[in-house]
Amino acid sequence: MIKTQLAMMKILYPVAVFLLLVHATQSWALTPEQKLNLATGDNDSRITALGKVSESGDVSAIAYLQSLDDDAIKFKGNQLFLVGDSVTDAITGKSVTLPDDAEDVVNNNQMRSELDATIAALKLFSKDPKVRLESAKALIGTDPSEGRLTLIKRVEKTETDEAVKATLAQVSASIEINSPNKDTRMAAVAKLKEGANPNNKEILASRLEGDGEKDPEVRLAIQAALNSIESQMAVYDKIGQAFTGLSLGSILLLAALGLAVTYGLMGVINMAHGEMMMIGAYATYLAQTFFQRFLPGYFDWYLLLAVPFAFVVTAAIGIVIERLVLRHLYGRPLETLLATWGVSLILMQLVRTVFGAQNVEVENPVWMSGGVQLAANLILPNNRICIIAFAIAVLIMMWLLITKTRLGLFIRAVTQNRGMASCTGVNTSKVDAMAFGLGSGIAGLAGVALSQIGNVGPALGQSYIVDSFMVVVLGGVGQLAGAVYAALGLGIVSKFLEGIAGAVLAKIFVLVIIIVFIQKRPQGLFAFKGRSLD
Amino acid sequence: MQNRRNFIKTLTAIAAGIALMTGSLTSSAADDTIKVGVLHSLSGTMAISETALKDMALMTIDEINKKGGVLGKKLEPVVVDPASDWPLFATKARQLLTQDKVAVTFGCWTSVSRKSVLPVYKELNGLLFYPVQYEGEELEKNVFYTGAAPNQQAIPAVEYLMSKQGGSAKRFVLLGTDYVYPRTTNKILRAFLHSKGVDDADIMEEYTPFGHSDYQTIVANIKKFASEGKKTAVVSTINGDSNVPFYKELGNAGLKAKDVPVVAFSVGEEELRGVDTKPLVGHLAAWNYFMSIKNPTNAAWIKEWSAYAKEKNLPSASKPLTNDPMEATYIGIHMWAQAVEKAKSTDTDKVIAAMAGQTYKAPSGFVAEMDPKNHHLHKPVFIGEVKADGQFNVVWKTPGPIKAQPWSPYIEGDDKKPDEPVTN
Repeated sequence: MIKTQLAMMKILYPVAVFLLLVHATQSWALTPEQKLNLATGDNDSRITALGKVSESGDVSAIAYLQSLDDDAIKFKGNQLFLVGDSVTDAITGKSVTLPDDAEDVVNNNQMRSELDATIAALKLFSKDPKVRLESAKALIGTDPSEGRLTLIKRVEKTETDEAVKATLAQVSASIEINSPNKDTRMAAVAKLKEGANPNNKEILASRLEGDGEKDPEVRLAIQAALNSIESQMAVYDKIGQAFTGLSLGSILLLAALGLAVTYGLMGVINMAHGEMMMIGAYATYLAQTFFQRFLPGYFDWYLLLAVPFAFVVTAAIGIVIERLVLRHLYGRPLETLLATWGVSLILMQLVRTVFGAQNVEVENPVWMSGGVQLAANLILPNNRICIIAFAIAVLIMMWLLITKTRLGLFIRAVTQNRGMASCTGVNTSKVDAMAFGLGSGIAGLAGVALSQIGNVGPALGQSYIVDSFMVVVLGGVGQLAGAVYAALGLGIVSKFLEGIAGAVLAKIFVLVIIIVFIQKRPQGLFAFKGRSLD
Repeated sequence: MQNRRNFIKTLTAIAAGIALMTGSLTSSAADDTIKVGVLHSLSGTMAISETALKDMALMTIDEINKKGGVLGKKLEPVVVDPASDWPLFATKARQLLTQDKVAVTFGCWTSVSRKSVLPVYKELNGLLFYPVQYEGEELEKNVFYTGAAPNQQAIPAVEYLMSKQGGSAKRFVLLGTDYVYPRTTNKILRAFLHSKGVDDADIMEEYTPFGHSDYQTIVANIKKFASEGKKTAVVSTINGDSNVPFYKELGNAGLKAKDVPVVAFSVGEEELRGVDTKPLVGHLAAWNYFMSIKNPTNAAWIKEWSAYAKEKNLPSASKPLTNDPMEATYIGIHMWAQAVEKAKSTDTDKVIAAMAGQTYKAPSGFVAEMDPKNHHLHKPVFIGEVKADGQFNVVWKTPGPIKAQPWSPYIEGDDKKPDEPVTN
């Protein structure tokens, strides 16, 4: 029996694929009534119609179902329209004009998941094992319906690809767990145990709820399976938590690195630091607008322009501020606090006047949306990964600049002993300007990163200034390495606390921890060991 | 000596003249225009939502003026920016009432801003039209609420999630911004869910500060909560620009509406501007109006708004959007104008009396009616799902407008409170 079916299927595959090809370009195999029933009427009757389609295994229906799923079908009375680049009659395939009062086919979540599942089920007939595997995966977690069940069973028997087979086994196990036969249920539990994903956990857990499973032996097996899945998932949960901490740490680090130069090395309490980030974010916005207007084809790469642009703009503004305001105030940190605070207000108002008080839109490039799926319950978002990489790159560049270049040497010399540096012929005032420009430029780079994860508005800097100072003070003033440890530490601790206590309380706890820490260790994590410490 | 005295005399005369002139100017201005206040945040975290309401208020005032104004007088808008700063709302409200002497104010979005201006309106007997859905538990003589009460938004939305069509949700994440509206709404929803047999163990409540932008942990927690055995749905009362990072994170983390639907009460077409909505298809919002609703009134209204945005060169003109609070603003201003015509006066008490039972054909396609007693509108409820283009597909609606219950039956003691403002 199975053998004949196998033979049948072998013949059927090419036929199915052929039909699919033919029907994708020409008319459909579904009858007009079927098409109408799928598109109009209430959800229940449409779902029944869908069930019939999957039962029949009519692969030619895929194209029509797909256009339903894409909201490309409209209707008026008994007429169906396929709206794409041009409008065609979905029944006859002829070109028509769309009437003004044609109604959209509305698919709600329930309908859309049924459509997706049916398409996936029908795609199991595909010749390409990759498509089959994808479809099988898409079927995991869908509500089992009569029609689809028969179809899945039919395909499962003839499937040759191991991976597809294993996935299909998971799908049928999620259905068979409700079977009246105890042995079938036990087998299903064993199969579900193999897949450590939230979906299997949900299926097993819901079986234990209320009057689901009554047999004590099966209950025990389910409980054991649940424990095993949970322990496997817990590992990934921990990794995910560590990653969010790392991600927050990288943002804090970016925000604080510039401040580590202007405050840490130069001793300027730079309240305008946050506004430099804000200007960096607006520079990103400008770069984005430039690409939208003049190079729409290369839009995905606008960040490549935004990074140097933001750096140059903010560094230039930093140098101007240093020349006009700060150079009169060295050695008087409290005055720098007031002066830079004033500067920050001016900059914010300036941006408000130029760009308006509302947030501006900064779109993520396509390669920064979505995420990398490491496990069923662990997806690492691309934008976070990019920002971590960016933070590392900025850190390395800055370390090279400070330790390996002449400018870096001068900055260190002026920081450690201004008088002596000046005596050996270092133009200290020029070095001050360059150092402040560098700090501001790095803040601008932080702004580029922030524009990719949050809102860009005139007040953007305000929400990061406190965090930046926290990192620098905690790490030890004058220490770059300290800033790195402090940023990562703060990131991981606050994410860990947020997991337990919620976002509002976590923020308070972190502040309390820092207050206590600074009291016990005022010099920060890393003390500056030098003679010039005064 | 003589000279100087003459000089002083002339100076006094000039001063008096100027004083007279300005005096007559202001009084003549007061004679042929009626001042109306517009009190919306144009900067800060709420600007994302409130700026559009300011523009809509100005458009409606323009529209009324073009038709001859109210009582034969033109309306003169006075726009102030309370900058998402709650105490500043009260200061600005006082300024509107005492300095500008406005006849009525259209304004506020967050409940915390409304609570902050309330004492001012009560003390000076002013009139406030509040256009946003809110938590109820309030009924003030000086306020007309043109947004939804919980029974016109929150309760039907959760009922929908629990229905078979909405996915038969059994567990709920109540996620909000940390202030009075989300806290109170979630209190009502928790009581409602209890009444439907949902245990506390199946409810997770989370709050974030205003302007919060890092939703990684929360989205991860939602995913974890959802994998514990029952169909889970998220009810979001996040307000302001935090919604953008929240929805971005949802999309990036791959939390699909098919698995865990998120229904939002403060997210409309305007808030989703600038969010890539393709990964968000199917997430829901509950409102009393959606831009995608098809009827002639709505089409005309959208057209009028698009033309206005273009004419005034608003930043949104390239993609003009309408939403529920904009509709509520529009209805509110028209009803006020009708009530003033009926009362033949802008006197607060006379207008309040004339407001009872006012009707207006709303862009939602229904006739909105001001309840004769409780200062709330009778409104229809729509539940929409996000489409790939950022618009909403209406997937469920009430057959007609329903009456607001500002005092929720799910809060103990509320059933004894009268359904009209208490004056003492």
